[in-house]
Order: sequence, then C-alpha cells, then structure tokens
Amino acid sequence: MTTLAVPAARFTDLLAAEWIKLRSLRSTYWALGSCALVLIAFNANAARADYVNYPHYDGPIRREFVYWALRDAFTSGATMMMILATAGIGAITVVGEYGTGLIRTTFTAVPDRRALMTAKVLVVTAVMTVYGAVVAGASFAASQAILDGRGLGVAIGHPGAWRVVVASALLAPVSALVGMGMGALIRHSATTMILTTLVLLLLPAFVTDRYHWTACVRNALPYNAWVRLVDIGYGDHPFTLVPRFPTTVGGGWVVFAVWAGVAAVLTVVVVERRDV
Amino acid sequence: MIEVDQLTKRYGPTTAVRNLSFTVRPGRVTGFLGPNGAGKTTTLRMLLGLVEPSAGTATVDGRSFRTRPRGLRHVGALLDAHDVHGGRSARAHLHALARSNRIPVARVDEVLAEVGLTGSAARRRTGTFSLGMKQRLGIAAALLGDPPVLMFDEPLNGLDPEGVLWVRELFRRLAREGRTVFVSSHLMSEMEHTAEELVVIGRGELIAAESLTEFASRGTAPTVTVSSPDAGRLAAVLTAEGVVVTPHDEETLRVRGASAARVGELAHEHRFLLRELTTQTASLEAAFMELTADSVEYAAGETR
Repeated sequence: MTTLAVPAARFTDLLAAEWIKLRSLRSTYWALGSCALVLIAFNANAARADYVNYPHYDGPIRREFVYWALRDAFTSGATMMMILATAGIGAITVVGEYGTGLIRTTFTAVPDRRALMTAKVLVVTAVMTVYGAVVAGASFAASQAILDGRGLGVAIGHPGAWRVVVASALLAPVSALVGMGMGALIRHSATTMILTTLVLLLLPAFVTDRYHWTACVRNALPYNAWVRLVDIGYGDHPFTLVPRFPTTVGGGWVVFAVWAGVAAVLTVVVVERRDV
Repeated sequence: MIEVDQLTKRYGPTTAVRNLSFTVRPGRVTGFLGPNGAGKTTTLRMLLGLVEPSAGTATVDGRSFRTRPRGLRHVGALLDAHDVHGGRSARAHLHALARSNRIPVARVDEVLAEVGLTGSAARRRTGTFSLGMKQRLGIAAALLGDPPVLMFDEPLNGLDPEGVLWVRELFRRLAREGRTVFVSSHLMSEMEHTAEELVVIGRGELIAAESLTEFASRGTAPTVTVSSPDAGRLAAVLTAEGVVVTPHDEETLRVRGASAARVGELAHEHRFLLRELTTQTASLEAAFMELTADSVEYAAGETR
C-alpha cells in the first residue's frame, strides 16, 4: 500500500472547496441570475414611473426630488424581495447539505467542522456581498440613467447616495447569513424558510414604534435598519414623520453588523455541537 | 486499525449501542454483521465522529477521528450512497471533496475510472443516478484519499451481480494491500465470500468477534446424507453404532453424530451399496440466524 503523504491542513483549501460546491450547482446561477434581473427591473421601473409622472408632480415634490430619486435607486419592494431571495439562498447552503445527507460526507472528509463552517460562512458572505454590490450598483445606475432623461438623476457623489447603494448591497450578505444561521439551527428547509421570512420580513411590519421597548425591537431589525440607512431626508424631510424614538445612521450599521456576526457565529457553533 | 472500547450511545430511553468493544485489524476484510436496528450504522457514525458517544471511545489508528483536521487520507467511508447533493455532477462532488483535503484533481479521474463512472456518467448530475451508480460514486469518494482504513455501510445494496463481484474483489484487494477494511451488512451471505473476520452485534451488544471459520463452527453440527437401495437395514446398522439417523425418503438417510468417512466405513464393513454420501456443513447464514435470533429488533410474524 502506498499511502499519499499527508500535507498540512490549509484553511484556503476549504474556501476553495466551498466555492466549488457553490458554483457547481446549476440552481445557484438560476437563483442569483433571475433575482438580479427582477430586482434591477423592479427598481428601474420605479424610476420609469417617476419619469412618466414627473409633469404631474407639484412644487414640494419637485423641490425635494433628490429624495425621491434616491428612493427609486433601491425601492422597499425590491429590498423585501432581495431579503427573501438572499436569505433563502443562504439557508439552502446549509439546509441543502442536511436535507440531502451530504453533510455526513462533508464531515467525514473534513472532521474539523468549525473550520469547514467558517469557510462556508466566508464564501457565502463574499459571494453575497459582490452580488449585493452588483444589484445595488446596477439598480442605482439604471434608475438614475432613466431619471436623467428629465435631468433628474442623482450623481453617486451626492450626499447620502453612497449610503443608499452600500446599505442595499450589504443587506444581501446580512440576510444570507441570517438564513444560514436559521438553517443551521433548524436544519429543515420548509421550517427554516418560514421562520426566516417571519423574522426578516413580517416582524418589521408588525412591531410598532409606539412604546420604547417595541421601538427598540423594531429598530434592531435589519429591514428597519435598512429603511433608516437609505432615508437621506431623515428628520428633516417634509414628507416623513419624526419618530418618537429616533435612530441614527450609526445605529443602522451596528444592527447590520450584529445580525451578521451573531448569525455567523451561530452557524459555526451550532453545527459543531450536534450529531449528524 | 479500528478500536472500539466500551462504546455506548443512548438516545433518550433507548440504547442504540451498549458497551461495545472490538478491534478491526489491517490486512483483511472484516465483516460487521447484525440484524436491522442492531446499531451498526450508529457505531460507524461514532467511529467517524459524526455522532458523539454517550460513553466509551472509538478510535481509528489510535486517534479519535474528530480530532483530525482532514479525514480523506486517514479514513475512506461510504455510509449511505444517498449522502450526495443530487444537483451536482459526480465529478464536481468528488472535486469539492478532493480540494478540501488538498488531493490533486487528477486523483478524481483516477477513482472515477476505477469505479467505472467515466465519460458522460461522470458529468451527469447525481440526482439522475441509480442506487448502484451512487454506490460506485460513494466508493470512489472513499478511495479518493488512498486511505489506510476503509469503512463501508451496506455497500452491496443496489449493485448488479457484476457490481457485487467487482466490489468483493475490490475489498479483498484493498485488504491485500495492507489496509483495514470494515464492511457492514445485515446479510451473512454477502459476507461469507468476502470477509475473513467477523464482528457480529445484536441490539447494540457484541455477539461475536472472531474469524469466519470460528464463527461457522459455532453453528449446528454438520449432517451427512447417505443414500442406499437398502436404506432401512443401513439405518439399523448406523443406529446400532450410536448414530442419530433420520429417514429422508425411501433410499436416503440424514445422519448426525458421525462423519461421512465413518458412515462410509460402516457401509463398507456391512457391504452396502451406496449411491450418495455427502456432508452438509451448517451454513454461516444458519449460524448467524441462530446467534442473532434473540436480538432481532423487528421480527416478522410474532407477537412480543
């Protein structure tokens, strides 16, 4: 018997393997590709509607049109769809292994589960960050190009414009990580999707900002953090109400970071402890 | 070498594996036998660090498998052929596994060729594979790291006769190369042509750990079938010698307690014409059934 010499374990091998796993699934391309097209089209369509309706807008709207132009750069409808899609894709990277039983093959090849799950988290985060950047960047470019037809497009250098693009882009990896964490916790695809949708999409709509504690919960949700981050007229725009318990841009970024961080740690720790 | 020591796994009130101890040595194929639900798969999963033992230890080459950063070069395992993602091609599946263990990608094509999954089969998504093809893919994955220890859980399921012969020869070859080969099955007949050593368990407990020959001798004593035109008189002669004789048909007798040689001698002394004289060794299957009869988890047609 000639056994191959055993080389030292390298973390980059795991990153490469997880990358191979992600790109060797046809569904990855379909899911990411079709969602990207739909999201960009959705945002471009909002800009098109404003382009068409602009002649009917009255003075106050026209004076503050930068605010509306940046709302078109990434609409809340597109955001909800993106949360759903990216959280689903994130969840599937974990649940897909449990559901098919592949997880046992994977852990037999790599008994160091912590390193393996860390690699998976990093690969998904990287891919989703690039994906979010592409979708948010293209949405911004398309929507502002359409509005430029009336000379209304906002340049990326405009105060707050970057924040709209970056916050929208980062929502992709944040949601994907939440999906992964839920998947690691629940390990069952349908239940994972229902609970992830509940936490990321339904909870923000149901929690009121009337009381201090509910406002705290509300402001700590990723969707609401995104709403705050992309609201460039927060506090002084004539069309928005000043909330009772105001939030800050910094707070919004912290919410993103905490959700992403907790979900990532959960994914690694929970999987490490359980029997498969 | 695989060493299992006082291994126990409890799931709530049920104990899947109880105080199990055995050793699997390199250089031969060791069969891991037991009826359904005996705890074979749980034991293999504990050996592979997938399931945490409630008590006791399971080590491969002196080390708990989970403490190894990468596994493929130490242990090759096929637990369940369905443990693949149906959306990936056979080649992509192996490529990802190989990459995670820093095994050269050329090795992927080597093992695919070895198990006969070449050409378009290698590029096909595994969701379209038959069970037999999945078994071949699982075996390819186990061979990927050229490991000194191999474990297979019911690898013959779904294979065609040609595939069964191929797998048996493969296991024997791997053992000849000095590897430890541990193969589970719930059918004795699968093992009797492959394994030299046996570990038999029932209801999570060890029943036997010994060579196939020793195991076979545990079974019912051999019977001799003797056939003569004058069977009645022959029966009387044999009975007089203290041999247990059961008439089978007009000319044939079943004899216990004497070897075929002894029966032949007696027949010669008393000048009987014999038409048949054969020994029926008890089948391994019978020995296995006898030993595990008390520990069958799901017995058909009986109320318990």
